[in-house]
Amino acid sequence: MAIELTVNGKAASVDAEPDTPLLWALRENLGLTGTKFGCGVAACGACSVHIDGQYARSCSIPLSEVAGKSVTTIEGLKSADGTLHKVQQAWIEQQVPQCGYCQSGQIMAAVALIDRVGTPSDAQIDEAMTNICRCGTYPRIRKAIHAATGKAAIAVQGEA
Amino acid sequence: MADNPNPNLDVETPETRPKRKGVKRRAFLIGSALLAGGGAFGLWWGDSSAAKRAKALTETGKDHNFLSWMKIAEDDVVTVYSPHIDFGQGSHTALAQMLADELDADWAKVKVEQAPADTAFANTPLGKGFLAEMSGYPGVINALPTAILSMITRSMPLQITGGSSAVRYTGQVGMRAVGAAVRLALIEEAASRLGVAASELATADSKVTHARSGRSLRYGELAAGAALRSLNSEAKLKERNDYKLIGKPVPRMDIPAKVDGSAIYGIDFTLPEMRVATVAAAPVRGGKLVSVDEKPAMAVKGVEKVVKLDDAVIVVAKGYWQALKGLQALSPNFSDGGHAGVSTASVYAAQDALRKGGKPDNEGGEGDVDAAFSAAEAKLVEAEYRVPFLHHAMMEPFALTARYKDGKLEFWGGLQDPLSARTRAAKAADLSVDDVIFHPMIMGGGFGRRFPDVTEIIDQVALLAKQLPYPVKLIWSREEEVRHGTYRPQSSAHLKAALDKDGRITAWRTDYVQSGDAEAETSFIYAIPATSRRHFAYQSNQIDGPWRSVNSTQIGFYNESFIDELAHAAGHDPYQFRRKHLPEGSRYQRVLDEVAKRSGWGTPLPAGVGRGIAIVESFGSIAAEVVEATVKEDGNPKLLKAWAVVDCGTTVNPLNGEAQISGGMIMGLSSALGEAINLDKGAVVESNLSDYPILKLADAPPQIDVHFIESGAKMGGLGEPGVPPASPALANALFAATGKRVRELPILAQAKA
Repeated sequence: MAIELTVNGKAASVDAEPDTPLLWALRENLGLTGTKFGCGVAACGACSVHIDGQYARSCSIPLSEVAGKSVTTIEGLKSADGTLHKVQQAWIEQQVPQCGYCQSGQIMAAVALIDRVGTPSDAQIDEAMTNICRCGTYPRIRKAIHAATGKAAIAVQGEA
Repeated sequence: MADNPNPNLDVETPETRPKRKGVKRRAFLIGSALLAGGGAFGLWWGDSSAAKRAKALTETGKDHNFLSWMKIAEDDVVTVYSPHIDFGQGSHTALAQMLADELDADWAKVKVEQAPADTAFANTPLGKGFLAEMSGYPGVINALPTAILSMITRSMPLQITGGSSAVRYTGQVGMRAVGAAVRLALIEEAASRLGVAASELATADSKVTHARSGRSLRYGELAAGAALRSLNSEAKLKERNDYKLIGKPVPRMDIPAKVDGSAIYGIDFTLPEMRVATVAAAPVRGGKLVSVDEKPAMAVKGVEKVVKLDDAVIVVAKGYWQALKGLQALSPNFSDGGHAGVSTASVYAAQDALRKGGKPDNEGGEGDVDAAFSAAEAKLVEAEYRVPFLHHAMMEPFALTARYKDGKLEFWGGLQDPLSARTRAAKAADLSVDDVIFHPMIMGGGFGRRFPDVTEIIDQVALLAKQLPYPVKLIWSREEEVRHGTYRPQSSAHLKAALDKDGRITAWRTDYVQSGDAEAETSFIYAIPATSRRHFAYQSNQIDGPWRSVNSTQIGFYNESFIDELAHAAGHDPYQFRRKHLPEGSRYQRVLDEVAKRSGWGTPLPAGVGRGIAIVESFGSIAAEVVEATVKEDGNPKLLKAWAVVDCGTTVNPLNGEAQISGGMIMGLSSALGEAINLDKGAVVESNLSDYPILKLADAPPQIDVHFIESGAKMGGLGEPGVPPASPALANALFAATGKRVRELPILAQAKA
């Protein structure tokens, strides 16, 4: 029986077993491969997405739990006209990715953090950014989060 | 030497390195060896079959291939083919920078692509560079991990990525020479078209310009004619002051696709009708599959087939989750290969016994260590160190997709040497290499794990695909990845040194036990009259593989921890003590001085905070690091600040170089703090990233100050040299903070115990 949900703002129907992790439904049923498999036990965060706006590790959330909910993946962060999210732009400006494999998850975690607290402090970054990066891009992740939020503040001032 | 057109390529460094026993010092200059005489480099390949294959694989009809290294399209776009894989180290961009700089190409119109896995794209300069240096020049021999050496001697030509080799060999010897030669061909073509002397022409931004007449021709217009011209193998390379791209912080080309989810890694690749499979190999390395009842897996919805291999069982299903559930439903019976008695403790015990009772398998060094030890005034210091197996933990688990059709095997995925991947798959599937096609894809990390030599998933997918009428993607679970790694070897060492009454080291002996001899690959940088490095060979049932910076991780930890102990035993400052044992005026001293200066070495610190310093030369680069650390209430270390200073000769892309050193340092700190693969009953104890703790953002130093010394010396690597000084710098900082010496890694395991 198909499970209905919203993915990146569009209605989606996934014909998979209810215990299938959201990660594999996204990757294999919906072809959204930007969300990555890293560990399968919610230890690394490579599979991070947003469910109804909340940060979640999709490898450990069964499809049945997201029926009727709204899921956002890395592919859904761009605005309708293709403009990158300010966090994605900051990731390019700060040259964050190395191998890049964990970065979809890092960006989803950063966006969720910024959505939640606005301009995060270092302590809030420490607490929220728990995804693993084996390449060790942490210092640039921190810089990019600050840059993304600093720029947002400037933009708001400019508009006023 | 006098007619070497490119003296800037092969700067011989003036180090007064202590001579090594059994190694003849010879100033072998790689640049001149390869560039002098077209024959050596083979810049013109005429109508060889390689040329035809390269053209067939890359030309579209509107572009023109040069030497299989690059092509120029009629719209001026230059495509550079990298024989190296880029798994995040940024070498694709750096290599393109080097070629484009010499070519005077418009950077906005330069692309880089992975070279096809075909011998037409083999990396001959890399092979020749390696082999030339193997022939007797010790200064850079330390660049060669044993695993790579053995591969080179077995299989030329190469597409290896490893040994921090891309930029310093392929870039320096290949990319720049090709860019310079093609630029000359474009000038010659323009001279003939414009009817002027070549000497009156200048190049910039992908155009050849005749200033006097104001005429110019675009590279795209000249490419067809230039591609027919013979290329000058001795084209003069730019001097440092003329670089436009080399040394500049050019943004990496691969990054935009890595922030919007569009980059397709090996694990993301799909084919129509493709099935997904996952595997469980014998938990004990060396064990075999004895029996398995397939029925429980076949009862899982979506499972289509159970395939038995000699030492593993594979479940094939519609999707990964179904395959995994099928695999988990099985109760395979594996043998233990006779290794049931192997444990972490048994490996250390066997290593200790071997060292104490046995005789060394290899020895390096000079002078009479034993005589110095027995000198009357000698103050002797001894210590034992231990380091565990380490898992690579590349974030993308192994995944290869394969299709067997009409007697041909085609496969896709990320591996560090596409050509030898093809060879291994052909052997496993019992096919000729010509019947195997490999499509290299970008990789979610590697760190030494993806060398085909040690990558059994190639065999697994080749054997699997041959049995299936449809394409299949074989994915390793993280559990499989953690438990069937090719680890940085578990290793132990006993170090002993003598100090004279002035606190100078008169003799130093390192006895170390591990699978491979590290003498050729690691550097001992201190000027000490008598040294001895004795290797005792011990092989467990595990497969030891190259792990980012290879033997320099543990040898660096041993040397730089022990010299710290000696400094304290002599009552000297650890920085000054190192300094006075390094050759006066050497690059080592400059690197050490710079890191001391930047880190404020010697300035007061709050109570409970310590600073540690370490310096290691690896892969042709010298790296010194300082760590500031303290101990938290729970007894675990807290990293506060970190500095790195590196002399790699010339930095091609400082922005990316900084990322490599900083990332390498974090990997070294992570391993020192918490990482260990333990064995019990012959099998790996750890199961996933939940019990193999990798450093997270909150625990990493918030910032790492990375500084490069542009010495202009022979170019060294950057992918690996940031790693080795990190663990001793941390251990030394903890000693400074607490007075407690770390002699066994990881640190956290002992804090808990």
